[in-house]
Amino acid sequence: MSVARFWRKIPQRYNLIGTQCTTCGRYFFPPRTFCPECRRAGNIVDHKFRGYGTVVTHTVIRTASEQFEQMTPYVLAIVELDEGPRITAQIVCEPEEVFIGMKVTPVFRRIAADGESGVIHYGTKYVPAE
Amino acid sequence: MRDVAVIGVGCTPFGEKWETSFRHLFIEAGALALDDAQVAGEQIDAMYVGNMSAGRFVEQEHIGALIADYAGLASHHIPSTRVEAACSSGGLAFRQAVIAVASGMEDIVVAAGVEKMTDVATGASVDTLAGAADREWEGFVGATFPGLYAMLATDYMHRYPLTREQLAQVAVKNHYNGARNPIAQFQQEITIDTVLKSSLVADPLRLFDCSPITDGAAAVILAPLERAREFTDTPVRVLASAQASDTITLHDRRDISTLDATVAAGRKAFSIAGLTPKDINLVEVHDCFTIAEICAIEDLGFCKKGEAGKLTEDGVTSLHGSIPVNTSGGLKACGHPVGATGIKQVYEVVQQLRGEAGKRQVSGAKIGMTHNVGGTGATVAVHILGV
Ligand SMILES: [Zn+2]
Repeated sequence: MSVARFWRKIPQRYNLIGTQCTTCGRYFFPPRTFCPECRRAGNIVDHKFRGYGTVVTHTVIRTASEQFEQMTPYVLAIVELDEGPRITAQIVCEPEEVFIGMKVTPVFRRIAADGESGVIHYGTKYVPAE
Repeated sequence: MRDVAVIGVGCTPFGEKWETSFRHLFIEAGALALDDAQVAGEQIDAMYVGNMSAGRFVEQEHIGALIADYAGLASHHIPSTRVEAACSSGGLAFRQAVIAVASGMEDIVVAAGVEKMTDVATGASVDTLAGAADREWEGFVGATFPGLYAMLATDYMHRYPLTREQLAQVAVKNHYNGARNPIAQFQQEITIDTVLKSSLVADPLRLFDCSPITDGAAAVILAPLERAREFTDTPVRVLASAQASDTITLHDRRDISTLDATVAAGRKAFSIAGLTPKDINLVEVHDCFTIAEICAIEDLGFCKKGEAGKLTEDGVTSLHGSIPVNTSGGLKACGHPVGATGIKQVYEVVQQLRGEAGKRQVSGAKIGMTHNVGGTGATVAVHILGV
């Protein structure tokens, strides 16, 4: 990913800031500026997610793309945030530890690097909740 | 709207073609299709070319004009259009060609697909294919394309009675069919053990659950049905063309294990053709991964959700079963040059309906279906063909 594209996304990557449609109550992450349900009747406001969630499904990536090759194997999951939206994220745990229904909390970690001395990308990963 | 017929088909052998360039792959398929249709180049009115990512695989964009040029048609100045929808680029190119002929805008139209994937290293191709999903919210956090289908498989196997062996049987069946297809990338049969002992790519999916990296091209020629017999004694009618879309990310789907776009496109196609799943004699589905074939069989309505594993184990989807699935070998064994796959599916069904499928012929096949998926199900094209 280009540096410009990465930094542009910083508010969402660092803080899990999404949006909510106050007309129907639905939460969106990543943020949407247009509610698919209410359309023009929707009223969109910013919402900072607490970040807590539950593993919906998971895998262990053993063959990765170039930026992630040095991190394999790593656990990848779809996490349902307590407010409703789902996101795809890495879970910091051993491959055999992850399970459907696992409660997780967000941490700020290195996501990937562009080569040996390249730009390091940070973002949100999840760890098993206490 | 006019009725549309396929009057000629061509396909290159699929595989790793180090010796062949992108443009020559396409020309080989195009020439075979024109030859089959007994159509001369100067009779072509328009071309639609499905291609996912020539820009990243061979660093070439603007391939509509490139291909028309190398097909010897530069001086004819025909409209030539590239169509992109990731792995469903071919299916959408076919649909655009059908629409062009049905509308009356064009008469003789080429629908083609081409992809040259082996000119880059594996890591780079994995990264390019990840662009079929959401780059910023899936790829950025480390999701690979097999990884996304693996999460679909985890969800499916948690909710429905699908065994690891039944999943492997999808690959075994498709290799059996591929072994009877002279254009297939893999023409050797495998066993369930081959699949279960292959290396893990993204749990629970193993190497033999995944379609390969492939070079290849396919082309078909369309004409209005009323003119089809000028060119061929065996026109194949396009009975339905349907397309649907869904969320780009897997995690935003209504149901992770159901491709709603497949359900929508399938229902639309059956409704247009006035047919039901029972009327279909064979179907080419998008088995980019074994789990994808399981979902496709169910989502197209050939059985209820959760039953496709048992169906596969019982041989119902095998070459001699009541609904043969992926007689070509599918993406798994025939190969998956992403932009060409949707056209290769039409190529296979046309061969079957003409009774020209040799050792993998489904006897008495009259109606066939194709199902082509982009990404993890964000785009789906379904076509029904008949004689
Ligand atoms: Zn709303």
